[in-house]
Amino acid sequence: MIIKQLSIFLENKTGRLTEVTRLLGSAGINLSAFSMAESSDFGIMRVVLSDPQAAKKLLMQNGFTVTLSDVVCLFVPNTPGTLSEALLLLSEHNVSVDYMYAFAMDDVARVVIRPNDIAKCVEVLQNSNLKLVKASDMYYF
Amino acid sequence: MIWNESYECMGHEELRETQNKRLRTTVECVYHNSPFYRAKMQELGITPNDIESIDDIVKLPFTTKTDLRDQYPFGLFSAPMSEIVRLHASSGTTGKPIVAGYTRKDLSIWSEVMARTFAAGGCNRNDIFQIAYGYGLFTGGLGAHYGAETLGASVIPISSGNTEKQIQLMTDFGSTALCCTPSYALYLAEAVHDMGVQDKLKLKVGFFGAEPWTEEMRKEIEQKLNLKAYDIFGLTEIIGPGVAYDCSAQHGMHINEDHFFPEIINPKTLKPVKKGEVGELVFTTITKEGMPVLRYRTKDLTSLIYEPCSCGRTSVRMHKIMGRSDDMLIIRGVNVFPSQIESVLLEFGETAPHYHLYVDRENNTDTFDVHVELRPENFTDDMSAMLGLAKRIEHRILSVVGIHAHVKLVEPRSIERSIGKAKRVTDKRNLY
Repeated sequence: MIIKQLSIFLENKTGRLTEVTRLLGSAGINLSAFSMAESSDFGIMRVVLSDPQAAKKLLMQNGFTVTLSDVVCLFVPNTPGTLSEALLLLSEHNVSVDYMYAFAMDDVARVVIRPNDIAKCVEVLQNSNLKLVKASDMYYF
Repeated sequence: MIWNESYECMGHEELRETQNKRLRTTVECVYHNSPFYRAKMQELGITPNDIESIDDIVKLPFTTKTDLRDQYPFGLFSAPMSEIVRLHASSGTTGKPIVAGYTRKDLSIWSEVMARTFAAGGCNRNDIFQIAYGYGLFTGGLGAHYGAETLGASVIPISSGNTEKQIQLMTDFGSTALCCTPSYALYLAEAVHDMGVQDKLKLKVGFFGAEPWTEEMRKEIEQKLNLKAYDIFGLTEIIGPGVAYDCSAQHGMHINEDHFFPEIINPKTLKPVKKGEVGELVFTTITKEGMPVLRYRTKDLTSLIYEPCSCGRTSVRMHKIMGRSDDMLIIRGVNVFPSQIESVLLEFGETAPHYHLYVDRENNTDTFDVHVELRPENFTDDMSAMLGLAKRIEHRILSVVGIHAHVKLVEPRSIERSIGKAKRVTDKRNLY
């Protein structure tokens, strides 16, 4: 249930993001979701992709600074109020969210959540009627 | 152990009185015996009568390396050649060498300050000194030699080089003290381990100087040779080794200020800095006869420690040399030395020792940007931690240098590497 997310340290310089996507694309690694956290000087690109280990190795070989972190991916029905239910559940169990990103279309949304306590977060959500994305469904390998 | 307690632990007032008297004698001497200094003093409109106490030192002219070169070979001597008993010369990396002449009294001062140095490292007449500094024109070998003899120790004048012979004598003679450059000490240490004779060594202490070395080198030498490593500071222009020395507290080197009076000046304004501030180290010799020098600008940057030392000595101490005064920047009116920024960055394990400083001017205000490489293993996904790191570095720079810098974390290996002397500053202001 824990998904490995790849984070990439990027200076705010033209072409760095292009280089990341070019490298991943040419190695046949697919991006499922990503977000950019930015400050005035640098950004952190967070990516959920088909082969996090291979992507990490590839980017490091090409001089990028990367790290893997644990996140969960949650299915949320694309209806008003459902995300709030999920978040209420987490806060009731004292799990806080460091950051999250999502996109919803048609019937369902998938939300990537970085909690402060990953084990507890998984436990809470698994014991609810909400559905988590399995790592095996996310990775190709 | 303290070699000369009456001077090394002299009370403040008495020391000042000694310095006042000695400075007056020195100024009299150079004014009447050195055409070079007489001309310099006349240019400033001063005579020996203007110098009453050590505070008047600021009225005296500076001496630079260029002056010494221009006066090659003997133009700065204040004693006739009949009184000069020794000549040394520094290896001139650029142009002519710098020559120093010693009278018999100068040699005894030199022996005295070196004996203080060795005693401060815990040595006495029972020690066996292996002097592996080069003997010859270089002041290292003979300076250490006479100091160790004055102490009453047994001296092995082996000079530098011939590493196998060094190690053979070290084990056969049971040398207890080693004197050489820190880089040669490391080389010797490695050779000792290659030969597997480290257990046969009897070394207790080492006195290493004549080149800059780091705290890491000190630890490595101490561990590999199983001794305590002491720093010594000196320069040919002043006397050679023995200008300042480490005591057992090893928190700054004690300056033999009853012989060599130190000042710290702002290298741009040439005015003294506030007590404890970083600036260019300047020395005036106040007992030498052969070649006394007034306010010699070393171009070395450091700061002085005036607080009493736990070892009991009262003399002022100097920090390790932090860099060269030629590198100084003035940003928003504050003097900034790249070496200060470097030392702050080295305190943070999260960043690599690769940095670049950018100075520019926007809307008539100086901007100061410090780019420093993040270490790959210290990258975390946590944005607030990353921003917090930059903030902590900015805060530390503010407290050390007194100026706000904008710290930008950059990608590892993104700062240009250069062969030889790294170019670490880009000043885009067009001020001149």
